[in-house]
Amino acid sequence: MASDKKDEPKSRRDFLNLTAGAMGAVGIGSAVVPLIDSMNPAADTLAMSTTEVDISNIAVGETKVVKWQGKPVFIKHRTAEEIAEAKDINLDDLRDPQTDTERVQKEQWLVVIGICTHLGCIPQGNKSGQPKGDFEGWFCPCHGSHYDTSGRLRAGPAPKNLPVPPYSFLSDTLIRIG
Amino acid sequence: MTASKKPKSDFKNPVVKWVDERLPIFTMMEKEYGAYPTPKNFNYLWNFGAIAMVMLMLMIATGIFLAMNYTPHIDMAFNSVERMTRDVNYGWLLRYLHMNGASFFFIAVYIHIYRGLYYGSYKKPRELLWIFGVLIFLLMMATAFMGYALPWSQMSGWGVNVITNLFSAIPFVGDSIVTWLWGGPAVGNPTLNRFYALHYLLPFVIFAVIFLHVWALHISGSGNPTGIEPKTEKDTVPFHPYYTIKDTFGLGVFMFIFMAVVFYAPLALTHSDHFKQFDSMVTPEHIVPEWYFLPFYAILKSFTSDITIPLTGYMFDNALVFTAKLQGVIAMFGSILILFVLPWLDTSPVRSARYRPLYRISVYLLLLSMIVLGYAGSQPAEGLMLTLSRLGTGYYFMHFIVIVPFLSKHEKTLPVPKSINDSVIQAKGSK
Amino acid sequence: MINLYQKYFAIVLTALFVFTPVAVFASSDNSHHPMAQSWPHKETFGTYDKPSLQRGFQVYREVCAGCHSMNLLSYRNLAEIGFTADEIKAIAAEDNVMDGPNDEGEMFERPARPSDRFKAPFENEAQARFGNNGAYPPDLSLLVKARHGGEDYIFALLTGYDTPPAGETVRDGMYWNKYFKGNQIGMAPPLSSGLITYSNGKSASLEQSARDITQFLAWASEPNMEERKKMGLKVLLFLLVFSVIAYTAKRRIWAKIH
Repeated sequence: MASDKKDEPKSRRDFLNLTAGAMGAVGIGSAVVPLIDSMNPAADTLAMSTTEVDISNIAVGETKVVKWQGKPVFIKHRTAEEIAEAKDINLDDLRDPQTDTERVQKEQWLVVIGICTHLGCIPQGNKSGQPKGDFEGWFCPCHGSHYDTSGRLRAGPAPKNLPVPPYSFLSDTLIRIG
Repeated sequence: MTASKKPKSDFKNPVVKWVDERLPIFTMMEKEYGAYPTPKNFNYLWNFGAIAMVMLMLMIATGIFLAMNYTPHIDMAFNSVERMTRDVNYGWLLRYLHMNGASFFFIAVYIHIYRGLYYGSYKKPRELLWIFGVLIFLLMMATAFMGYALPWSQMSGWGVNVITNLFSAIPFVGDSIVTWLWGGPAVGNPTLNRFYALHYLLPFVIFAVIFLHVWALHISGSGNPTGIEPKTEKDTVPFHPYYTIKDTFGLGVFMFIFMAVVFYAPLALTHSDHFKQFDSMVTPEHIVPEWYFLPFYAILKSFTSDITIPLTGYMFDNALVFTAKLQGVIAMFGSILILFVLPWLDTSPVRSARYRPLYRISVYLLLLSMIVLGYAGSQPAEGLMLTLSRLGTGYYFMHFIVIVPFLSKHEKTLPVPKSINDSVIQAKGSK
Repeated sequence: MINLYQKYFAIVLTALFVFTPVAVFASSDNSHHPMAQSWPHKETFGTYDKPSLQRGFQVYREVCAGCHSMNLLSYRNLAEIGFTADEIKAIAAEDNVMDGPNDEGEMFERPARPSDRFKAPFENEAQARFGNNGAYPPDLSLLVKARHGGEDYIFALLTGYDTPPAGETVRDGMYWNKYFKGNQIGMAPPLSSGLITYSNGKSASLEQSARDITQFLAWASEPNMEERKKMGLKVLLFLLVFSVIAYTAKRRIWAKIH
């Protein structure tokens, strides 16, 4: 009796089973989305995005490090010599070609995120006594990347220049990062 | 050749075959969840084991992601929970799933347990299976209680305070035990930290005990509404697809009800004091546990007078006082612990309440007493409510200690069908 | 015989669902029970009344914020009730919040930004109590969820000030409120007819402003409600279809048994 009516409804049964299975898979799949998405930055984290910095007390040749979104930002008051060095360069020599003017708003002020683009260490060179690398900018102690006075990668394993965060001059002595 | 000893696998998929020949998990799954012969007369009450399992997995999944946003510190816990509800992506959803998931996990488990009571699922040879089940229930209660503490609300903090204080009823060492539980002179940060650690740990312990529970189940085989064992192949069907599809349907309906609560009445089972931060200086006016603890809470509250045993001059200098507090604590824990010995209290050869007219009445009354206790537990222990709690408590223990052993010996049971297949045919015929 | 056990199962389930969510409260004093009001957002698929929330925010800002904090809310959250980014910036900038320390190690005040939390009127609980005759104005962020009776209670409380009945005396610095437990409340009647002038130029009645602030507080305590209800509909529809298909498949698979 079981085998009598086996043939006819079989395809319909298969279709139903398939649909139920597919829907189950979709259901579980959509249930996973909220779990994964909960690990993305939360709304309050995303909202905390700006930092204001008074730059009046940064002497020529000095660099100030400020925290922005949990990351170090280097604000370098460049000397005339450093500016000249940054401008005097053959773009073909660069792994990540950028002119100095693309990277600064006022040429005596360089603002970059101080995180090596290789594997995320903080390059040295802000304090006297620290190695500045072969190009008078920064040197990353982790794997030996060298950055110049415009924060551009010149040697070592890093793929990119130090990134420039969004910032604006609120006045001659005040900048807002973010 | 000796190579022929190597286990051969019948699976067609080469990857599955390769794995299976080295570690036969697919063979095992096929045996335990594919071909596994299952009585063909399960009713929908047999869905709730699988549903409870899914609820546990849901609780673990949501819990892990909630933990990623939780700060176990008395000054930050409450706000970190609010932050995850407000700012974390889908945090509100995870929280409401987890909050109400606990309730629905208990609903599934209570139905599962009651089914066991009704159909005598705890009887030989399934005693150990039942004992693992009661153990899971105890672990669940501990886990739920600790989880309730984590938002560090007024209800959390005072719930922790009251329940840990139960242990102070233990003579001589009670107060030291309570201090040890708290990790300080009062409920505080060490308490919250250890509750968090254990709340994260226990679900995995539950998982392990469930493994043993299911293992034991697959040794003895599933019970069924008739309470008689399958005799021939006619009595059983393979687990897949018959019960996989039936469980899937049952799960769909259960999830529908669960989700309706999560999305449209997520706060129906909670309390306004759960949204005030814990204040160790002010106890809320009306403190109640979550609904699933209410019957046991009522048992605790139904003992109000000390019993004094005059032993002066014999063993002790003073009369021995059996405090109301200790009575309540013993009764409350006893009400669960008694389930462990149920297989030896009920020695009736007939399992299912279907064929035990008197046991059936008593087990319904047991359900009624739990509902009455649940209601009384939500009310202040005075007047009518106190009387109801005492009646409910009395009946609860009478059922297990007096009625069940008595009926085991003296009940006139109805004739049991010859086989599962017969009972199915009978039921069909009478429709 | 109809499947008896199925009937019992139904009874058990119904009993569980009916009896378990009980949480009835003893009211031992002569405070009145708040009357049930109709709130659009409490309907099953209801949404918040955004214009009312905005008016409610105005009430909070002009009246409540003098004493009550809302620590869980940030200015940026106002976008959810319909304020534009520029409006929010302007609203935030009206408040000065503490920041720092600066390079000299000093704390300093600056205009608030959208990412800041609502400025609290008092530094801490002790200061709040000192400034309020010993009473502590509770934080309002979760008030609707943290009060039994929710919206109805808050609306009733705000409109429930009265002269005490004969024979009752009100203690110094306290006020008589029909709905407050114990009836003696430390909060002076915060709202009155005509106290608030809404931006459309109309002055608000007591009921109107109480209704608006209550709805604003309801949103503040459950800001994800609309998203929740929207998603819920999809989830329930999905599960409905899924269950029907699973049931049909089950019927078909089981057809050859029995």
